[in-house]
Amino acid sequence: MKKIVIDPITRLEGHGKITIFLNDDGSVANTYFQVPELRGFEKFSEGRPAEEMPQITQRICGVCPEAHHMAATKALDDLFHVEPTSTAKKLRELLYSAFYVTDHTTHFYILGAPDFVMGPDAHPAERNILGVIGKVGLELGGAVINTRKQNHWIIQTVGGRPIHPCFGLPGGVSRAINEEERAQIEEIAKQSVEFGKVSLKVFDDVVLKNKTYLDMVLSDTYTQKSYNMGMVDENNKVNFYDGKVRVVGPDGKELCKYAPREYLEHIAERVEPWTYLKFPYLKKVGWKGFVDGKDSGVYRATPLSRLNAADGMATPLAQEAYDKMYSTLGGKPANFTLATHWARLVELLYAAERLLELSRDPEITSPDIRNIPTATPDEGVAIVEAPRGTLTHHYITDERGVIKKCNLIVGTTNNYAPLFMSIKKAAEDFIKPGVEITEGLLNRIEMAWRPYDPCLSCATHALPGQLPLEVTIYDVRGNEVKRLSQGV
Amino acid sequence: MAKLKIALYWAASCGGCEIATLAIHEKILKLAEVADIVFWPVGMDFKYADVQRMEDNSVDVCLFNGAIRNEENEHMAKLLRAKSKIMIAYGSCSYEGCIPGLSNFYNRQLTFDRVYIETPSTENPKKIFPQTKVKVPEGEIEIPEFYDTVKTLGQTVDVDYFVPGCPPEEKTTWLALEALISGKLPPKGTVISHSAKALCYECPRVREEKKVKKFYRPYEKIPDPEKCLLEQGFLCYGVATRGGCGALCPQANMPCTGCYGPVEGVVDQGAHFLSALSSIIDSNDPEEIQKIIDDIPDPAGTFYRYSLPDSLLRRARIK
Repeated sequence: MKKIVIDPITRLEGHGKITIFLNDDGSVANTYFQVPELRGFEKFSEGRPAEEMPQITQRICGVCPEAHHMAATKALDDLFHVEPTSTAKKLRELLYSAFYVTDHTTHFYILGAPDFVMGPDAHPAERNILGVIGKVGLELGGAVINTRKQNHWIIQTVGGRPIHPCFGLPGGVSRAINEEERAQIEEIAKQSVEFGKVSLKVFDDVVLKNKTYLDMVLSDTYTQKSYNMGMVDENNKVNFYDGKVRVVGPDGKELCKYAPREYLEHIAERVEPWTYLKFPYLKKVGWKGFVDGKDSGVYRATPLSRLNAADGMATPLAQEAYDKMYSTLGGKPANFTLATHWARLVELLYAAERLLELSRDPEITSPDIRNIPTATPDEGVAIVEAPRGTLTHHYITDERGVIKKCNLIVGTTNNYAPLFMSIKKAAEDFIKPGVEITEGLLNRIEMAWRPYDPCLSCATHALPGQLPLEVTIYDVRGNEVKRLSQGV
Repeated sequence: MAKLKIALYWAASCGGCEIATLAIHEKILKLAEVADIVFWPVGMDFKYADVQRMEDNSVDVCLFNGAIRNEENEHMAKLLRAKSKIMIAYGSCSYEGCIPGLSNFYNRQLTFDRVYIETPSTENPKKIFPQTKVKVPEGEIEIPEFYDTVKTLGQTVDVDYFVPGCPPEEKTTWLALEALISGKLPPKGTVISHSAKALCYECPRVREEKKVKKFYRPYEKIPDPEKCLLEQGFLCYGVATRGGCGALCPQANMPCTGCYGPVEGVVDQGAHFLSALSSIIDSNDPEEIQKIIDDIPDPAGTFYRYSLPDSLLRRARIK
């Protein structure tokens, strides 16, 4: 039996590792997707003062620290039984919207777009952000850089620091904004809305008008019929900051809708001996292995599943884009993994519109940003939507507010099983007896997991370029038969 | 002049240092004029084998972020040390161990028990733990060994310079890069920052007399926006922390938590902070002083928030 090792592919708290075993005839016998790293936040948070959790847990991820900061801050509201002031909630959501704009922008243009704009078989040297800019124009390239930079300015202004913010407190936030800052945020929000519209047009021009790409999006290889998870507001519209978690089946029927404190009734995690990351699944449906369908508890928590799980978007332009997406994809839910890129752009537009609404809110510059907690802390749970999936923080403290127990179900972790399955399916569909393993073929396997944006994708968030990937094929005795690499 | 050859690597880290490296924005073009990046897993083709094939000392500088948490981290640290003329511990994790270094209050088994058995969402009736080598029906697959103790880069290999911060601010990163580009290198062992002194020297808050009867936690009261936070009884760490970041947290009305590490000449940041605290407590009665300090929850985790692995304590003894 031959073994193909792809190590490392990207980071999820470390480097991912894919091992594909081939049968003697060259077909795929099995695939494993391993996460070789653990840091143990659930343990070493014990003993820490609860109010430090926003700053401690955001060190899980320096790409999306805002998500951990926000989940932790909301868990503190619950833990200390304190309701944040109206302005505090709005400032938190404002920062969070700016964060979504930057994060989705980076993912789409640097990670996702190269495959479509340049094509999956383009030379790796061209299949990157520079290639994209060359094709769609320098003006748009400038807008990408500017959108990121401006929204990072908002994060620093509201959150205190550009990376690892410090403003979250139980009952509120540490700093108010003034009129001058508000006006600048409004200006950035307006530009971000325009940028969101342009991004959807790019997707329309490049992907939707190209039949080959559209066929690829709709193909069976990139289809997975699992449950969809996402947070919704009281009208069942997508919400990133607050609400209930809704889960709908591959048939579009609602399975459940739960409040943060009910998460343990719905989510369980499985341990496998060959990886440090656990596999969450829907507890009531049960773990049936790495399979999709209604009887398997595997669920996805991605931009596409958020849209699938909701009834629509809370802002007008995003709602228009939402309707268009589903009419093109043939209705809800859409189970096409590659359509996740499209859903991400719908969310980008929503985040920008929400940012604009909040920047114009008459309360946003109010100095009333904190309520001081007075109750005894005991237990708190909170959920936000991180860009890469539903993020749950759960703390239990003593009466002094010192953490006794901590449980975290982190964005990308939700998608571990579906990611694994998407890779396996693509490997099985593309690696066939007698088919030469080419760079383009490897890229098509890579395209199966790229839509999930597995954190830490600052890999590709960071620099122009393709995710580095090396595949080595070994024969039964462990001798190297073939080596392929991509990334430069 | 030949271009500088630079390698960048991450070990056990969150990725914030990678983002911080890129936060030099347009200056990255300046860097590209004078330096070639020869190894950067996040941005370039990733081949361990290529690093292995490089001649010893053929890389001019390695910027290494992240702590040493497992077998693979250690292997890469040793490999890159051998290949690089200058080794830089970039960011708090590689310099001092940082927040993930708080793991040294526990050990591997306690961490595994919590993560894989006790957590209320985990369903693991057979008590399965991850193994470094696992036989699956098709063959054997491996993952690196998870260590008991988090180590700093300096505890693993010889380090030439340290860049502080979680993550380092843009200007700090650029200060280090400028030194490398110009060739005007500071003495070996230097912690590269704009300041060798305490953060207080660059904090705009007004300091008067530090006399504290009671310490407050950040959520317990709203601070006066102009006055020194420590004087108001908040455990602001600035007094024991190297400056250079621009006092961002105190300007957002939050105490400094100490991420730039100890001031010049201090080995143990936690001990330094404790002695600073003792001197500002408004009492001469040892019992009262003790009582005031006892009111601080989690002193060890607070005083050593970023520096436990690099401190004199290093780790807790687990019975």
